[in-house]
Amino acid sequence: MKTVFLLASKEVREGSRNRWVVAATGLLAALALTLTFLGSAPTGTVGAHPLDVVVISLASLTIFIVPLIALLISHDAIVGEIERGTMMLLLSYPVRRRQVLLGKFLGHIAILAFATCIGYGLAGAVLAVGGQAADAASWAAFLTMTASSVLLGAVFVAIGYLVSVLVSDRGTAGGIAVAVWLLFVVLYDMALLGLLVADQGRFVNGGVLAALLLFNPADSYRLLNLTGSDGIAAASGMAGTVRDAAPPPAVLLAALAVWVAAPMALAALAFSRREL
Amino acid sequence: MTLTLELNAVTRSYGRIKAVDGISFSAGPGEVIALVGHNGAGKTTLMKLMLGLARPSAGSIAVLGQDPAAGDAAVRRRLGYLPETVSFHPALTGRETLRFYARLKRGRPGEEGALLERLGLTHAADRRIGTYSKGMRQRLGLAQAMIGTPAVLLLDEPTTGLDPELRQQFYVIVREMRAAGATVLLSSHALNELEGHIDRVVILNRGHKIADGSLDALRHIARLPARLRLRTAQGGAQDLRAWMGETARFRHVNGDIVEFDATPGDKAAFLRRLATAGAPFEDIDIVPPGFDELYAHFLGEEASR
Repeated sequence: MKTVFLLASKEVREGSRNRWVVAATGLLAALALTLTFLGSAPTGTVGAHPLDVVVISLASLTIFIVPLIALLISHDAIVGEIERGTMMLLLSYPVRRRQVLLGKFLGHIAILAFATCIGYGLAGAVLAVGGQAADAASWAAFLTMTASSVLLGAVFVAIGYLVSVLVSDRGTAGGIAVAVWLLFVVLYDMALLGLLVADQGRFVNGGVLAALLLFNPADSYRLLNLTGSDGIAAASGMAGTVRDAAPPPAVLLAALAVWVAAPMALAALAFSRREL
Repeated sequence: MTLTLELNAVTRSYGRIKAVDGISFSAGPGEVIALVGHNGAGKTTLMKLMLGLARPSAGSIAVLGQDPAAGDAAVRRRLGYLPETVSFHPALTGRETLRFYARLKRGRPGEEGALLERLGLTHAADRRIGTYSKGMRQRLGLAQAMIGTPAVLLLDEPTTGLDPELRQQFYVIVREMRAAGATVLLSSHALNELEGHIDRVVILNRGHKIADGSLDALRHIARLPARLRLRTAQGGAQDLRAWMGETARFRHVNGDIVEFDATPGDKAAFLRRLATAGAPFEDIDIVPPGFDELYAHFLGEEASR
């Protein structure tokens, strides 16, 4: 455990030195603050609370940004160190390969968690100082959104490692990382939409659709945050039948957890077999 | 004596290419061994096999009595390794990097400071490694290999990038490690600088071991001629040749220096003649065959087989 902690803290230190932490935190904070100021303007008398609007818009943006950041920091983690020759040296030490993977994972998650909490926390603080009272449910939704954003990041960090362990050079890892991002964030939903239109409700009922959404971590995250509370579900147009058909939050969280564990386990297996 | 390194008919193939083919050798504590060969002769593969980063296709390896591929932590702690191209994260300082590796190996607290001092890096310890010269990085690499006073040191091309002074310092450290009972295995192609610093040479060619022994023993096997260089008084080269009688094997270097190659048998006879009175020379140098010639000899023998 001490070894894993050592590896994780080295990863955090490297990340803060080469400005990954600063860049990610800055990006997330800038987006969150922009959405907070824009998002609190047009609500008027519609009845949606500004905090709910911010949660909806931030969650929608997180789906694009956080997986991208996670893949950027993770795709290079293994293959990059192998190419630079640092992995051979590290593995000549009393270190197991799964400890290397786990240590890097914890370090990268710490970086992502820091960036997300600071970035989104700043937006939350601005709203709280702005004096608009929000109910506990809205704040709970905000906290859920922040925490699940880190979880979404963890999913893509794990997928990034799997890519990094399997390929033989950094360029390929980068290419595949971009493809993974496109697939889960853009193409999957378009394909699903196409399927629904073509199917005309003959085979794909609510249950099948819910299952299909669980196969994409980005969709699980979206459902978790947009159907989480009554106010948000109403404001995001997810109330009613949509919300009834969506899997309950526990199932969505479990799906995200599996999306972390499965790629990590596969990456550990592939890494243990890989020769340097 | 317990052996620290034991390789028994080790073969490692990548596809149809055998990077290492049936190599056996062993080493004990306090031995310094040079692994010598062209690029691609199998030196680095052999190091990887001994580190357990690759597994042999056939044969067996024991490092400190254990199979290195098992990754036993107690064995790894007693093993130091310097990769051929050592690289560290450029944004961390030398001290941070060394402390990280010392903790991984459960080294003594404060060991990194002592090692930085020993390798003359104290002044740069708190600078980013990105600002280090090649020689400084190589020294830092050597420092991490020495953490925990290892029983086995595997050094892949340790002196590339070091200037002559640092090279001498490096061999002083190797001698100290040997005195402390470590087995030092180093690979190199700078052959002549190894002379006097190593106990044994293992010559590799295309994955095969073609020679194994001390430099003296290899010289004895190869029976290469030594070069005798005689200096005479001004313009006396002609007289010397006349006195010697055998003109064919002499080479005039200039008006007063004459050279010839003598096999060990010839050499003794020739020296006896020179010792008689009236031999027209003033000075004599005997140059034993260098490591480069020895290496070329063994490679040539291998090729003609």
